[in-house]
Amino acid sequence: MKNKTSCLPREGEARPSRCPDNSAFKQQKLPAWKPQLTIVTVLCTFFLTGVFCLSVGVCLILSTNSVREIQVDYSDKCSDCSKLRENSSNWDKECHCSVNFTLKEDILGDVFMYYGLQNFYQNHRRYVISRSDAQLLGRKVNVQKSYCAPFTTYQNGTPMAPCGAIANSMFNDTIDLFYNLNSSLIQVPLLKTGNSWWTDKNVKFRNPKSYNLSSAFAGTARPPYWQKPVYLLDEEDERNNGYVNDDFVVWMRVSAFATFRNLYRRVRRIRQFADGLPAGNYTFHISYNFPVTKFKGRKYAILSTVVWSGGSNPFLGIAYVVSGTAAALTGFVIAAIHLKLRKKKTYFQK
Amino acid sequence: MSLFGLKFGKKKLKEEERQLQANNRDFNLQFEYANNTIKTSKYNFFTFLPLNLFEQFQRIANAYFLFLLILQLIPQISSLAWFTTVVPLVLVLAVSGVKDAIDDFNRHKSDKHVNNRPVQVLINGMLKDEKWMNVQVGDIIKLENNNFVTADLLLLSSSEPHSLTYIETAELDGETNLKVKQALTVTSELGEDLQKLTEFNGEVKCEAPNNKLDKFTGTLTLQGEKYALDNEKMLLRGCTIRNTEWCFGLVIYAGPDTKLMQNSGKTTFKRTSIDRLMNVLVLVIFAFLALMCLILAIGNGIWEYDKGYYFQVYLPWAEGVNSASYSGFLMFWSYVIILNTVVPISLYVSVEIIRLGNSFYIDWDRKMYYPLNDTPAQARTTTLNEELGQIKYIFSDKTGTLTQNIMCFNKCSINGKSYGDVYDMSGQRVEINENTEKVDFSYNQLADPKFAFYDHSLVEAVKLSDVPTHRFFRLLSLCHTVMPEEKKEGNLVYQAQSPDEGALVTAARNFGFVFRARTPETITIVEMGETKIYKLLAILDFNNVRKRMSVIVRSPEGDLTLYCKGADTILYELLNSSCESLKEETTEHLNEFAGEGLRTLVVAYKNLDEDYFQDWIGRHHEASTALEGREDKLSELYEEIEKDLMLLGATAIEDKLQDGVPQTIETLAKANIKIWVLTGDKQETAMNIGYSCNLLNDDMEDVFVIEGSTSDDVLNELRNARKKMKPDSFLDSDEINIQFEKSSKPPKILPDEQANGVYGLVITGHSLAYALEGNLELELVRTACMCKVVICCRVTPLQKAQVVELVKKYKKAVTLAIGDGANDVSMIKTAHIGVGISGQEGMQAVLSSDFSFAQFRYLQRLLLVHGRWSYIRMCKFLKYFFYKNFAFTLVHFWYGFFSGFSAQTVYDEWFITLYNLVYTSLPVLGMSLFDQDVDDRWSMLFPQLYVPGQQNLYFNKVVFVKCMLQGIYSSLILFFIPYGAMYNTMRSDGKAIADYQSFALMAQTCLLIVVSVQIGLDTSYWTVVNQFFIWGSLSVYFAITFTMYSDGMYLIFTASFPFIGTARNTLSQPNVWLAIFLSITLCVLPVVGFRFLKAQLKPTPSDKVLLKIKEAKKRPPPPSPKRRLRRTSTRRSGYAFSHQHGFGALIMSGRNMRPKSPFATTGTFSPNSDKYKHKGL
Repeated sequence: MKNKTSCLPREGEARPSRCPDNSAFKQQKLPAWKPQLTIVTVLCTFFLTGVFCLSVGVCLILSTNSVREIQVDYSDKCSDCSKLRENSSNWDKECHCSVNFTLKEDILGDVFMYYGLQNFYQNHRRYVISRSDAQLLGRKVNVQKSYCAPFTTYQNGTPMAPCGAIANSMFNDTIDLFYNLNSSLIQVPLLKTGNSWWTDKNVKFRNPKSYNLSSAFAGTARPPYWQKPVYLLDEEDERNNGYVNDDFVVWMRVSAFATFRNLYRRVRRIRQFADGLPAGNYTFHISYNFPVTKFKGRKYAILSTVVWSGGSNPFLGIAYVVSGTAAALTGFVIAAIHLKLRKKKTYFQK
Repeated sequence: MSLFGLKFGKKKLKEEERQLQANNRDFNLQFEYANNTIKTSKYNFFTFLPLNLFEQFQRIANAYFLFLLILQLIPQISSLAWFTTVVPLVLVLAVSGVKDAIDDFNRHKSDKHVNNRPVQVLINGMLKDEKWMNVQVGDIIKLENNNFVTADLLLLSSSEPHSLTYIETAELDGETNLKVKQALTVTSELGEDLQKLTEFNGEVKCEAPNNKLDKFTGTLTLQGEKYALDNEKMLLRGCTIRNTEWCFGLVIYAGPDTKLMQNSGKTTFKRTSIDRLMNVLVLVIFAFLALMCLILAIGNGIWEYDKGYYFQVYLPWAEGVNSASYSGFLMFWSYVIILNTVVPISLYVSVEIIRLGNSFYIDWDRKMYYPLNDTPAQARTTTLNEELGQIKYIFSDKTGTLTQNIMCFNKCSINGKSYGDVYDMSGQRVEINENTEKVDFSYNQLADPKFAFYDHSLVEAVKLSDVPTHRFFRLLSLCHTVMPEEKKEGNLVYQAQSPDEGALVTAARNFGFVFRARTPETITIVEMGETKIYKLLAILDFNNVRKRMSVIVRSPEGDLTLYCKGADTILYELLNSSCESLKEETTEHLNEFAGEGLRTLVVAYKNLDEDYFQDWIGRHHEASTALEGREDKLSELYEEIEKDLMLLGATAIEDKLQDGVPQTIETLAKANIKIWVLTGDKQETAMNIGYSCNLLNDDMEDVFVIEGSTSDDVLNELRNARKKMKPDSFLDSDEINIQFEKSSKPPKILPDEQANGVYGLVITGHSLAYALEGNLELELVRTACMCKVVICCRVTPLQKAQVVELVKKYKKAVTLAIGDGANDVSMIKTAHIGVGISGQEGMQAVLSSDFSFAQFRYLQRLLLVHGRWSYIRMCKFLKYFFYKNFAFTLVHFWYGFFSGFSAQTVYDEWFITLYNLVYTSLPVLGMSLFDQDVDDRWSMLFPQLYVPGQQNLYFNKVVFVKCMLQGIYSSLILFFIPYGAMYNTMRSDGKAIADYQSFALMAQTCLLIVVSVQIGLDTSYWTVVNQFFIWGSLSVYFAITFTMYSDGMYLIFTASFPFIGTARNTLSQPNVWLAIFLSITLCVLPVVGFRFLKAQLKPTPSDKVLLKIKEAKKRPPPPSPKRRLRRTSTRRSGYAFSHQHGFGALIMSGRNMRPKSPFATTGTFSPNSDKYKHKGL
């Protein structure tokens, strides 16, 4: 074979030569980096990854261990209430109950209060789409055309505000926290705003424009499961009312799984709670509105601190440690196999 | 127009007889015969859109996506927005539509070019220049020398005597030698008299248009008389007029009715084996998809029964759904929509794009460009590239493919002395190359300047008037049937029936024995400048049995001589016993010549006794006019006189191989490719070429020759051959025999069998005809496929195709056919891949081929470099593509178990739309367009690297299952790592993290990075483009994600982009990135380890070669090996004569003689011009 093919221009030729261009691209000669799996790169990859994963894993485990978390399942604790709520005709009857617990140590730092739900399929496809984003933006829309069905309008044609299954099923228990100090109950100050994403609160959710909220929602009705209309969600704070109510905004960000927790309140660090929650006896004072027994669900009240890696879930830390160990071990195995093979090869070559 | 054509076509079916009248358009119009317009294009401006869409939706994939689209429009089951399917579908349709449009535009252009060629048509007594498309049936047209024949014509008259017309049929059947056609006497009288031609009103009745090239029947009725018409009077479209000043013809068939167009037929659509495998896999995937959907649907039924029923407080069942099972049924279809991305539409588009790209590389390759006739290689079919990397059998034509079809007088032996080799001072033989000094023939004004000879001693011998040497060349200049043509003084052109004869006469011409002119009774020779006229008394013509030809001439001096040339085996029997010693020396030379692959002829002469000759010629005359047994009587007479010949010597002609043919064949053989030569040539010639291009050699254990003339003979010969190659194959324990035993039907696919050595097989066309029949077929395949080389000689074009078909049928192997002539067309169309040699005169082979280039040697580059790369690229592409889509789609499956089987997608709908289209398409395209494991030089140096392709190792069902498993593993990681990381935890600022949108973003980011790293791992050749595509795709993902999730997009398109803020809020979390990193590690590290260990522990042969190359690369590159191919010298009869029958009869009858030859009589070189007076006829 000839290595060079010269394309000589022929003299006196009227037609341009059909000789292909001699460009690196067309001749498939583009300069290239040709990485290959050599023993050095493979071992480096495995050992470096192993070391990295192990150290990250250890850090993660250490930090998640420092998280303090109290989780209280109160779905059955108030058995009267749960029974009462099974019958929906009692929706307007109030039901209160208290759950006590004890902190043996102080919980220092920021303390967050969550409500947790189990077996609540917020990620069901029909549930996820059952909302009208345009309505929640404060726009005048025909909810009939949204995916809100069957929670769109009442039979008399009054549209629901907000519409849809998500809004209708909003978590509406009220949980208050009391500190029992010397047999006197001190209510722990809780912050009910600042619990949602800035983008949700300021961009995604907007109240309809009007001179006041109740007139903005005139002509609409509350969703069937709600006890009060949307413009009365927080009567004390104008900026936390209507669609931009934090509890509502947090609820509307549906969870990816059937077991989830949502941020409910933050402990306000003043007075004796400036450093967090001191050790002692506490009481959750619950206004029990949200039925869970009907769908075999459970609900929790949770107090927790956070670290850089989030909450107390040890999964990532353990996974990192295991992966790191596995990678390093595989590295050793590969090295051993390679050495053995090389020995064999040199043996044969002799 | 198209409607009209349709009606036309229907009418054609009914046409049983064609009737037409010359010069009467009105009469002919009533039959509505097609005019000479040809139309190969499919669409016009208006029909393009509907027709093209209709065709596209006939493809199963497109129809499937249309079905999905319809599913998505049903609100109850629509689980994905409509745009996820519409956007890719429209894009795909648009891309293929544009491609079809461009193709059709080119066809329009070439149609237009052909239709607008000019031709002279006789209209109203005047010759008018018309376009081809305006020619109609019944028109009389005039053609001139070297014109293409416009339509199928009845020859009326021509410039030559007796209205002979010479045509070349290269485009039709690939034969480049001239053929003669002759007009009816009654029409040849018309001459070029336009008046008479205009008045000519003959009526032709003939058969309806058909595709038989060698058959035509019809009658011409002229003034009440009927004349029979046959193929001898027809000029077919596609032929070229040669050596004929002008001729007139009557159009019989035009345009689509011509035999050429009728023969072109519909080209069968070729599919590659990967295509077929892909179709199977797609079906498997569909089954898998149905299974997954079924599981999820059942899951949904159970869930709705167990949980959803109670959850109705918060989420009532959809309207119309009243039971869990109905919900499950709907969910089945919803999941079909969601999971359809396992077979994304972009798969088919990408495959087409990759093939197109790799075809362009073939077009662009300068190493496959042939500068001498300015011909680049061309990929005419752009859908077969990867199959080039899987070829197992090559079927090659000989003439024009392996050889140049140029014969060179190379050596000769005269009176026991061999000429032709060049020796240096020390007596060593010197290799002949461009720099070797050529013999100077300037002493001879009539010499052919193209003729080259290197041995000066032969010229010396001629100049010294050595008697045997002179006699030798005199013989060569007299004993032949060549026709001379001298248009310009001294510019002699020989029209030979076979190039061998031309070469011999040309050699004699250059050495000073110029054959100048011939009449039926004389031959004019210019002997060393002196014109001599020999009386030609008899031509004892050539045929296959005689294998010799003789002439009997009377010299000007009055001597009566018989000159004979022929095959050594035949002539040696006829020699006079006095030549024994000369015979031995000549034999030695003959062996030497044959050993070098030259085609040899032995020449001899005999002085005849006047009385005996007179007696003989009398009997000869009697025999040649005998009515019965003329042939036998003649051949008896020939044998009687061709006796006691005196040996003169031998000639050796080189059938010039194309450059690099032996090396190419050697390389291809190393790549485990079997080469079968299928040629129309005789056995001797074919075997000769076999030896000279190193196909056959003496290292072979044996070369079997199958030439039995009955079915049983052939069977025995085949069995004997097999017995020798593999004795166990007759045992009952043999695998194939067991297969035979088991099933009464012959097995579909035969496994490969190994012979106990290297064997060759030569089979003649006659035996082949038997071997291709019934049960001998299997015998032939088994025997032939065990041989390294198979040569089939004397095969017809149909047999060529049958042989290819045979191997296709019984062997699971990819076949390639390569040829240059129209006789190779059938084989080119039959083989999986057809290659045409371009740049020659005939274009038929190229037009029906899939790839074309100018030289046989480019085949190794096409296969070993382009084919191998294409195959590897395609396999890598498919592996990666299936992997990435399994990893992508199966995450939905796992999520189903956590979302109540509600057909909730894991990812954002936009991500689903853009994943295959934007985020992951370019990196894998980049890999499949640029990847090379080793560069072209190493690919050629180590042909073994080609073997995995033949064995289909890089992509098959097992590999597919592996991809699938890897995809499933990855999808598990990609779902459960984010799930675990988000479960019951929160962000570092205390807010909830596990919301659906954050999870979706996290999962899709994990996925995208994992598949990007995976493509990085698969890419072994990172060009700038690859870097750009991989990094670019990742950046584009983040850019698009942040844009789509921005405030502005949400406020403008509220319904479409609900993920507002997710990117900002989630991607700032450290644990999200930790989860992403962990997913990557867990997905990729095992692959790295597995690949490395596999190469270490169980290296494949190509792994070993790659290792060798890696080590070799560290050293300076070796000089490309320039080995002399060893030629062996065994006694073989290299007998040269490629034609069947001579022009002898035509010459003796004088029918093809011009009335006068202007220059032969007036040339200064012919002082004895007065001797020509008896020449006029």
